[in-house]
Amino acid sequence: MPRYLLSVFGPAEPTEFGSYPTREDMLEAFADTGAFNDRLQREGHFVFADGLEPASTATTVDGQGDRPAFTDGPYLETKEHLGGFWVIEAGDLDVALALAAEASRACRGVVEVRPFRSAESVEALVEP
Amino acid sequence: MTDHTAAGAQAITRAHHEEWARLVAGLARRFGDLDVAEEAAAEAFAAAAQRWPRDGVPPNPGGWLTTTATRKAIDRLRRESQRDARHQAALMLHDDTPAEPTGPVQDDRLRLVFTCCHPALALEARVALTLRLLGGLTVAEIARAFLVQETAMARRITRAKAKIAAAHIPYRVPSAADIEERLAGVLAVVFLVFNEGYLTGEGEDPLRVDLTDEAIRLGRLLRALLPDDGEVAGLLALMLLTDARRSARVSRTGELVTLDEQDRGAWDPVLVAEGTALLRERIDAVAAGGAPPGRYQLLAAINAVHTAAPTARDTEWSHIVALYGRLARIDPSPIVRLNRAVALAEVDGPAVGLAEVDRLTGDLDGYHPFHAARADLLRRLGRSGESRAAYDRAIGLTGNAAEQAYLTRRRDQLGG
Repeated sequence: MPRYLLSVFGPAEPTEFGSYPTREDMLEAFADTGAFNDRLQREGHFVFADGLEPASTATTVDGQGDRPAFTDGPYLETKEHLGGFWVIEAGDLDVALALAAEASRACRGVVEVRPFRSAESVEALVEP
Repeated sequence: MTDHTAAGAQAITRAHHEEWARLVAGLARRFGDLDVAEEAAAEAFAAAAQRWPRDGVPPNPGGWLTTTATRKAIDRLRRESQRDARHQAALMLHDDTPAEPTGPVQDDRLRLVFTCCHPALALEARVALTLRLLGGLTVAEIARAFLVQETAMARRITRAKAKIAAAHIPYRVPSAADIEERLAGVLAVVFLVFNEGYLTGEGEDPLRVDLTDEAIRLGRLLRALLPDDGEVAGLLALMLLTDARRSARVSRTGELVTLDEQDRGAWDPVLVAEGTALLRERIDAVAAGGAPPGRYQLLAAINAVHTAAPTARDTEWSHIVALYGRLARIDPSPIVRLNRAVALAEVDGPAVGLAEVDRLTGDLDGYHPFHAARADLLRRLGRSGESRAAYDRAIGLTGNAAEQAYLTRRRDQLGG
């Protein structure tokens, strides 16, 4: 079955409640997201999901040279960063988009839906 | 032989109009790949262009095209499968939902409509795919119609097809819960094509007939596929009633002619009759308890009020104001309110109309019809200086040569 990455973006400089204005909002979003994840599990869509620590905790690594180079901070300098994501399985894009709409409502953020490469499409890349 | 040549060419044109969408849609369903479907259909027509004028038109042109295209598609898949058997599976379009016996008729062309107009595709990609896969226009024709380089248009279409395959956009008619919203998106694509032809914003031609004709053809196809849908009928009626005025709308010198100055004898009575009959059917359906009219039915009804008036003076403006009022309840956009204000000026006078128009300044300051409407109302109120300034704004904002010519003449006719 096709797999999709559902990414949620949040501000680069989060407040003490992550990307949420208040503690209550944060707790509500966590509860709704938990309930949504349970549903994904029950209906067989769930592959993996988790939230990330703020982008300021990231380290960027370039191992292409003689010695690996480490840089404090995220690779991309943007105002918003990946804050969490789901990996789901869905029959087609319509199903994935409907789930993403619910995910967005639950976590109170905009969700980007992107298909994973299928084994066949990787093969098509490798064997022209 | 020469008989065959003329008959063959004619039959190909007709078959292209009648069979192209069915051919592509059927191939896409059978082979699960829009690329294969599009290419095989194009190859079948190329074969017909060679054979029919020479050998005569086959007794069943549609059947001949289907057989030929299917053979071409199988040839191509066979060639590719020798190279990479599993590659094809990656490109499969699929429909794994069980058939809904109560749902809309599952014509393959309807599936193709909803795939081409999928909301996950950019609007310009939906338009291009619809014109290519359903309308059968060549990439070069679509590029020319939208004043884009052919390579850029080809890229746009290729990218859209790649997204359909990679993201698994389904080849399916949406479920009953989603169909209304998705259909509105389809109608918007068709209406955009029509308006691009009718109100073309750039270039030399004030009208691009190829696009209006194509939009009407798509409208007829949708009507054949969804005969009970009110908005489908409404959009077709709207396009027919608008297109009926085509030849009266631009003067011999290339100037836009507004509705009140048009030669009503030049309106196409066949198109008016067809559009009016569609509307009458909808009025009966609504009276019999059908869904209330949506935006296209209301816009068509407004156009029918115009086409029903023997002269501009006979126009039932109060009906038009009422219809725009109903439209504003569904779509309270400033453009609808502008149109209502213009109609209101005909009923209650230019001062009342202008007061309504002026309230929209914040929203519509960059929209040339807003300034054109203001200019006309100010002219009628004898406020020449302000009218002139408004004409200047409108002229500066429109890229359509016929409209510029009209607005310039009106401005230059203003007294001191």
